Amino acid sequence: MSRNDPYPSVDAVVERYHADAAYLVQMLREIQETRGWIAPPVVTELARTLGLSRARVEGVAAFYSFLHLRPVGAYRVLFSDNVTDRMQGSEALLAYLSEKLWVEKGKLSEDGLLSIDTTSCTGLCDQGPGLLVNGRAIPRASRERLDVIAALILDRQPLDQWPAELFAVEDNIRRADLLLGNRLAPGEAIRAAILRGRGGQTEAAANERSWREANPAAALGPAATLEEIKRANLRGRGGAGFGTGVKWEACRNAPGEMHCVVCNADEGEPGTFKDRVLLNRHADLVCEGMTVCAYVIGGGGATRGFIYLRGEYRHLLEPLEAVLARRRAAGLLGRDICGEPGFDFDIEIHVGAGAYVCGEESALIESLEGKRGIPRSRPPYPVTHGYLGQPTVVNNVETFCAAALVAVHGGEWYRAVGTAKSAGTKLLSVSGDCERPGIYEYPFGVTVRQVLEDCGAGVGKRATQAVQVSGPSGTLIDASEFDRRIAFEDLPSAGAFMVFDETRDMFDVARNFVHFFAHESCGFCTPCRVGTAMMRNMVDKIHGGRGTQRDIDEMCQLSKAMHMAAHCGLGHTACNPMQDVMKRFRPAIQRRLRRLEFAPAFDLDAALAVGRRMTGRDDAGAHLETEA
Amino acid sequence: MNESDLPSFLLDGEEIPFTPGQTVIQAALTAGHYIPHLCYHPEFVPHGSCKVCTVKANGRPAAACTLPAQAGLAVESDTDELNDLRRTLVQMLFAEGNHFCPSCEKSGNCMLQALGYDLGVMTAGFRHFFPDRPVDASHPDILLDFNRCIFCKLCVRASEEVDGKGVFSLTGRGIMRHLIVSAESGRLADTDIALTDKALEVCPVGVILRKHVGFAVPIGRRRYDERPISAQALDDAPRMMEPKHG
Ligand SMILES: Cc1cc2nc3c(=O)[nH]c(=O)nc-3n(C[C@H](O)[C@H](O)[C@H](O)COP(=O)(O)O)c2cc1C
Ligand code: SF4
Ligand code: SF4
Ligand code: FES
Ligand code: FES
Repeated sequence: MSRNDPYPSVDAVVERYHADAAYLVQMLREIQETRGWIAPPVVTELARTLGLSRARVEGVAAFYSFLHLRPVGAYRVLFSDNVTDRMQGSEALLAYLSEKLWVEKGKLSEDGLLSIDTTSCTGLCDQGPGLLVNGRAIPRASRERLDVIAALILDRQPLDQWPAELFAVEDNIRRADLLLGNRLAPGEAIRAAILRGRGGQTEAAANERSWREANPAAALGPAATLEEIKRANLRGRGGAGFGTGVKWEACRNAPGEMHCVVCNADEGEPGTFKDRVLLNRHADLVCEGMTVCAYVIGGGGATRGFIYLRGEYRHLLEPLEAVLARRRAAGLLGRDICGEPGFDFDIEIHVGAGAYVCGEESALIESLEGKRGIPRSRPPYPVTHGYLGQPTVVNNVETFCAAALVAVHGGEWYRAVGTAKSAGTKLLSVSGDCERPGIYEYPFGVTVRQVLEDCGAGVGKRATQAVQVSGPSGTLIDASEFDRRIAFEDLPSAGAFMVFDETRDMFDVARNFVHFFAHESCGFCTPCRVGTAMMRNMVDKIHGGRGTQRDIDEMCQLSKAMHMAAHCGLGHTACNPMQDVMKRFRPAIQRRLRRLEFAPAFDLDAALAVGRRMTGRDDAGAHLETEA
Repeated sequence: MNESDLPSFLLDGEEIPFTPGQTVIQAALTAGHYIPHLCYHPEFVPHGSCKVCTVKANGRPAAACTLPAQAGLAVESDTDELNDLRRTLVQMLFAEGNHFCPSCEKSGNCMLQALGYDLGVMTAGFRHFFPDRPVDASHPDILLDFNRCIFCKLCVRASEEVDGKGVFSLTGRGIMRHLIVSAESGRLADTDIALTDKALEVCPVGVILRKHVGFAVPIGRRRYDERPISAQALDDAPRMMEPKHG
């Protein structure tokens, strides 16, 4: 590096992370935060100081959308490109800003000042269109707000001087139930777990003897809380619905030098933003759940905790660090937590860098280890071989919150809410065509119709045509299915709930999702890497009016291959949107294929009559083949 | 150990003995049963990326090269459904890169081409991507033709694990995935690759090529010209029952 380099040296960043290559993504991210991009000599320097091959470091950097190996300008404006952003006018706004600032989408402006591009859903769907400027989230894009932004950019105002109002992200909580309505004090769930382990349930020691006599077989120590999690029938909120108790138990029983607790806050599924709200408003509860998990799985040995925060939520980093600091000061993190000798646990935050696939738990762990986010071959599973090969629990943000509630109130209390197979409540992120988008917490089993009614969809104006439940990888349902229930036994959901009224073209909706998957495929396996790109080309061809039945057949062939052979859930579900549209909204596609049966009014053979006259020919060769 | 003492699973109805720790493909090849594969190499830990080896184990699809062998497993491999899938995957790979076999030095020695023949793939079927991937001819003795890469990562691992160098790496996401070399210039000539490197020997297709020896063996008398890949693969597989390294 040159001597008059104004930035913190690469060495300083490497040192702060103790030259541990597992922090490579964090180092790259921090270096870029000061320098704007990662220049080739920086890559070389980083590789040298970490003792990695240069190609390895470059390979990691070029995997993540938010890491740049080329100059991208002092200001980098990204427009969130989910279908709900588009419904809120994002495309026209992008064009407006590009024109205003004289820069072409995807290119660096000639003066090197800025670039404008699109990015996958930023989780601001209830207050969109969403923007990221140098990684900072800005909701509610409008012409007026873009005028302000354009002026600030032309003025070269540093981002921390921009009006705070631009960055104000709302929580928009519309319906609270036992989770959002909780009033737990920091430490309450941890103390409850420790007390329960002493046989005291959550009551004072006075009751201990009688309770123990009534339950002679009840588990002691951390196992008591594990029993409650199992009794609660708590299932993962990240999508797959795996039993949380079973997961924790498998991890607890797995041998290792340390046990790890990872909170999956990657929240990349388009249309999902409930984890953002939980981390903003209930960060203590998230930490409580993680700490209780550490208590349960740790077995008195070493434990480590991580929150994998998606890069789009970078604005939550400082507030979350503050929460962690407060908890350390209060003895709720660190050594001998809550005075329990040997109960040591702390939490670090890793910030992602723009890769949806890193929400997949084994890809997330790879990323935590400073690698490209490519899903591992399983088995072995993270519960036995996770972070650095050690037993690891990965749970969704909401799952940890629910676990904290169970630690305090017990399993019976929790499972009394919801349905037989889906205990407790579920947070829905409602967006799209409705009057009150935002966060709705319902007991499991709520009907789609109820949610639509509560959020003001289709009232007195355009009827609701469809709902995308659980995002692009979930299920698209039509109006005949609105009595279905949000529950693992009917419509499982990771939280997204996107509403489409009758004016929306469902083919366009699916096309947006197809593009999303093609952009986010990690590229590891053949079916997904090639399949998602082929699908994208096919839907674009159909969109351009050149689609034929053959394209539909090829899409089916691809869907089958991807469904069968893809390496992870991304590839397995990437075909769902088109398949759902083909099944439920066939006319939306058929309309585009009209060229199939289309007999053009223009008669080419008749048009050749002039030529025939001029050449004096009228033989068969001078006619186009026509049907008899 | 005696073969009859070993646990076993069923492959298309035939019993396959295995030593614990082996994957389905390792056990199958050792026992003389072919399962089509592309990114699997007997000397390396399976990568599991091409998915050509997909089988159904107890009815569920899985990559045979990474699936741990388990006693009592019922594995289907040679079925119409699975061979159709394999043909689709091979077609996808042909459509993804630029594979002009008649002008490729690797023709006849290429696993992708050989698989295509063996599975009866007649055309690429899908629309080609025709990606723009310039070749790297900077090195005096080695040519890199990125147009044919199938991203099996074998060269990356051979260079890291055997040669102790890290000359190659894979990067990019989705269809933008690509191979890079370890140099600020991005040119192979500026890396520490050597002609004796293992990384030069593992490419199943025609990316990493030695210069000056291209057609020493004429097309028509090459590895897979002589016999199909399904027969050749069995010769290459370790035939002993013991684990490879003691
Ligand atoms: C492509 C892909 C993306 C995923 N993204 C997320 C995510 O953003 N957040 C999440 O909690 N789980 C996500 N998952 C599910 C995780 O792999 C994992 O099942 C989950 O974090 C486990 O936590 P839970 O049991 O509490 O649900 C994703 C899975 C796949 C296949
Ligand atoms: S299915 Fe897609 S995202 Fe998953 S491993 Fe394969 S290429 Fe990567
Ligand atoms: S160059 Fe060859 S060995 Fe290396 S990843 Fe590509 S196909 Fe595999
Ligand atoms: S961020 Fe805009 S819709 Fe998700
Ligand atoms: S050989 Fe198994 S995935 Fe390639």
